[in-house]
Amino acid sequence: MTLLAKGRWITAAGLAGLAAVYVRALAYTPVERLQGLAQKIFYVHVPAAWSAMLAMGLVGLASILFLLLKDERYDRFAASSAEVGTVFCGVMLTSGPLWAKPVWGTWWTWDARLTLTLFLFFLFVGYLLLRGAVQEPGLRARYSAVLGICGLVLLPFIHLSVYLFRTLHPMPIVLKPSAPSLPGTMLVTLLFSFVVFTVLYIGFVTQRYAIAVREEGAPHA
Amino acid sequence: MSEVWRHAWLIAQKDLRLEFRSRTALLSAIVFTALVLSVFNFGRDPSAVSPLDLAPSILWVTFTFSSVLALNRAFQLELEHQSLEGLLVSPIGRTGLYLGKLIANLAFVAVVEGVGLPLFVLFFDVPIGHILLPLVAVMALATVGFVAVGTLFSAMVIRTRFAELMLPVLLLPFLIPPLTGAAQVTSRLLAGRPLSEVGGWLKLLGAFDIVFVALATLLFPPTVDE
Repeated sequence: MTLLAKGRWITAAGLAGLAAVYVRALAYTPVERLQGLAQKIFYVHVPAAWSAMLAMGLVGLASILFLLLKDERYDRFAASSAEVGTVFCGVMLTSGPLWAKPVWGTWWTWDARLTLTLFLFFLFVGYLLLRGAVQEPGLRARYSAVLGICGLVLLPFIHLSVYLFRTLHPMPIVLKPSAPSLPGTMLVTLLFSFVVFTVLYIGFVTQRYAIAVREEGAPHA
Repeated sequence: MSEVWRHAWLIAQKDLRLEFRSRTALLSAIVFTALVLSVFNFGRDPSAVSPLDLAPSILWVTFTFSSVLALNRAFQLELEHQSLEGLLVSPIGRTGLYLGKLIANLAFVAVVEGVGLPLFVLFFDVPIGHILLPLVAVMALATVGFVAVGTLFSAMVIRTRFAELMLPVLLLPFLIPPLTGAAQVTSRLLAGRPLSEVGGWLKLLGAFDIVFVALATLLFPPTVDE
């Protein structure tokens, strides 16, 4: 099976899983008492954020590996991961305001995590623009690796600086020292959608990577 | 180590001498700063918003734009006659080259800020005499961090298409932490609050400087080397 076909199968499995997430979230998970149906966006918004962060983390990691090992596969992976991350970031930035309007009463607020993800999006877009603006492949790989590493280091700083402002987002409810305060059924749905979004991420990146290999006419790697 | 600093000083001297002889870039950056400051004057309603409320944003947005403009120049001047290649084959190490460029850029931005600050006081009638020392310290703290990143990026963008546009797009996200910190500290200082109130911001600015100067020094060699 070619890499592209593998990517398509993984994506298909991810999409089927996504449908299952919708069914489970709408039919088998209780409606939140205060937020009502709007809270259902939770099961798309939070995992999309997870995938976007995962994508950025892996772009940074692949960038470091590229500069150390000079293996173009890492560069290709970083490029694919950045493109997919941009999409997940887009999902997060559109589902966020849709949820915020009924619950917070505003589409947008300069809250810590919101600002962080906005700049994550800007970093992704800048990364892709830089790749588009350099013709020579070797140069492009080095430049984007440098930017990828800087971006990864920047994110904690942006988080810290907006955190010193103020935050509207709820404090962590799952990953915290005491037991998760999310009811069991909601937690299961959330964890399920985390898995699904990770599978989708892997499927998308695999496909994108395979396309990049074809574009370059590179030997199958 | 002393060898690195000697090389850095040589590069910085070369850049500053070139700059001093033509003065085109420096003068344009200063005029640009003055223009942005005056644009701010017309972009607000003086009877509704007091200058003191707007002062930190005016000051820092102006400095951001002028620095980005100034940073574009750093490696642009090495493009002619392939002088960057010349520098790279010279016995000067990459670290020395980067630090030299960083020093020259810092001097350049410091001059622009040094002219911008009195102009800002003149235009907006904001009293800064009593807080001059801490204000200059905060300006230095914030400037070092983003000029470090900007110097690295300007070495990168000169070989891309639309270099002048690419630098701000890549650099502005990196200006957010120092800019937020500097603006917050400035507004506290102007309000007569003690520095202890902004300890968190000062630590953030310091950490940003250390991390990004180190990271940029580390990443500069793979950026310029084939």
